[in-house]
Amino acid sequence: MEFVQQLVNGISLGSIYALIALGYTMVYGIVKLINFAHGDVFMVGAFVGFYAITILDMSFFPALILAMVVCALFGILVERIAYKPLRNATRIAALITAIGVSLLIEYGVIYFRGAQPEAYPGDVLPTSSIDIFGVAISSQSLFILTISIVLMVILQFIVHKTKIGKAMRAVSFDAEAARLMGINVDNTISATFAIGSALAGAAGVIFGTYYIKIEPLMGVLPGLKAFVAAVLGGIGIIPGAMVGGLLLGLIESLVSAFGYSLWRDAVAFVVLILILIFLPSGLFGKNRREKV
Amino acid sequence: MLKVKNVNVFYGNIQAIRDVSLEVNEGEIVTLIGANGAGKSTLLKTVSGLLKPKQGQIVYEGKTINGKAAQTIVKQGISHVPEGRRIFANMSVEENLELGAFLRKDKAGIREDMEKVYELFPRLLERLKQQAGTLSGGEQQMLAMGRALMARPRLLLLDEPSMGLAPLLVKTIFRIIEEINKTGTTILLVEQNANLALSIAHRAYVVETGRIVLSGSAEELTASEQVKMAYLGGH
Repeated sequence: MEFVQQLVNGISLGSIYALIALGYTMVYGIVKLINFAHGDVFMVGAFVGFYAITILDMSFFPALILAMVVCALFGILVERIAYKPLRNATRIAALITAIGVSLLIEYGVIYFRGAQPEAYPGDVLPTSSIDIFGVAISSQSLFILTISIVLMVILQFIVHKTKIGKAMRAVSFDAEAARLMGINVDNTISATFAIGSALAGAAGVIFGTYYIKIEPLMGVLPGLKAFVAAVLGGIGIIPGAMVGGLLLGLIESLVSAFGYSLWRDAVAFVVLILILIFLPSGLFGKNRREKV
Repeated sequence: MLKVKNVNVFYGNIQAIRDVSLEVNEGEIVTLIGANGAGKSTLLKTVSGLLKPKQGQIVYEGKTINGKAAQTIVKQGISHVPEGRRIFANMSVEENLELGAFLRKDKAGIREDMEKVYELFPRLLERLKQQAGTLSGGEQQMLAMGRALMARPRLLLLDEPSMGLAPLLVKTIFRIIEEINKTGTTILLVEQNANLALSIAHRAYVVETGRIVLSGSAEELTASEQVKMAYLGGH
């Protein structure tokens, strides 16, 4: 039965990875940039949620929404200031800039509030256990899973049914052709950063309520793992990020379940190496063929 | 309708268009003919706002449009069917057509224009829900043209519509171009197949290494020895 509980843990953790991975994959899809500052947007979201709950006395959902809005604006700001001027530069220049932005956010937060960790109050979400077929599952894990699924459904709706979603898909497929349709490419890229960052912000608040401890460098490892999840699913492909995230969470908790918990961080990167060797375009990736 | 005045366009340090002036009047089909790399596509991209001219002026319906963003130019009534069609292969035929009407808000008008596109290209109606990338080359060309028409343009820029198509299909496409023109859309057509382009055009310009070297009515140019030698394969 412990196995099933580990499975549930894995899915909860995986849904957090999936939420972060979505931002990586969407941004990559549209500007072909691995935004290494994305994990730090997740951290900013966790802190915004923390202050909203402790100082502004908000309950979970208002805090979640506030964190998403702040992160969306933050994401737009980062794109306009750091990445937009480099849009026609080499990809390596943009990548190095992303690493610089990441460090700037991390140590900027430390500069303004110090490096000490904080603890999310334990009573943000009800913490009861639900008994399903003899397995005790914490109501928090179910809650997290539900919120993540709802957010992903909303995302799918935005991407496939709304005008801005269609613009995003068009720009990511062929930016020049999108311009000929009358699509404003700059605004579409901003919207992509906003949505991806909002999801990372939500993941931050969820992470805080579930794992309690937050600190300014908390975004580094989940950020990297979410990147692995995005590559695992096929970078640039939205359903790939969802599946990749869940799969990575599951793999990690299964490794723990089999008694190798010290290996759980390493395993994510072993997965990355294996994927890059054997399936470089990811689980959902396919080579595009052009017709003449 | 469209006046291009002394335009110079550069790619970095390389000059692609040298002091080009041309004019398109309402209701005409005007064609630019010339060899590969002469600068024809560059000129179309400059008109539609994908490229900015370094010098010169482009005036459309009395308004200067050079330097304006591509989306502004689409809104003013110029649609560009790019070389190689550039359809959104990962989306359905229907979604491609909807994207063509991206700037429009008149739902009834959009539906009406969809019907018109299906009338011109019945093949698209058959394949409405199909992924655009699975269409044949000819169908993709039809989709690219239909998509551009969804913006309800008054001036349509067509770049190499015959490229890579079977001769029979090329005939169909060119018949449809004439049809579009007869319903009141002015057309600026870039084409390597000079014979074909001259057969439907009212007037033509010959472009060589970024300059316009000859211009006149389609009949004059078809009869011209210089054009025959260089582009029509005659002796």
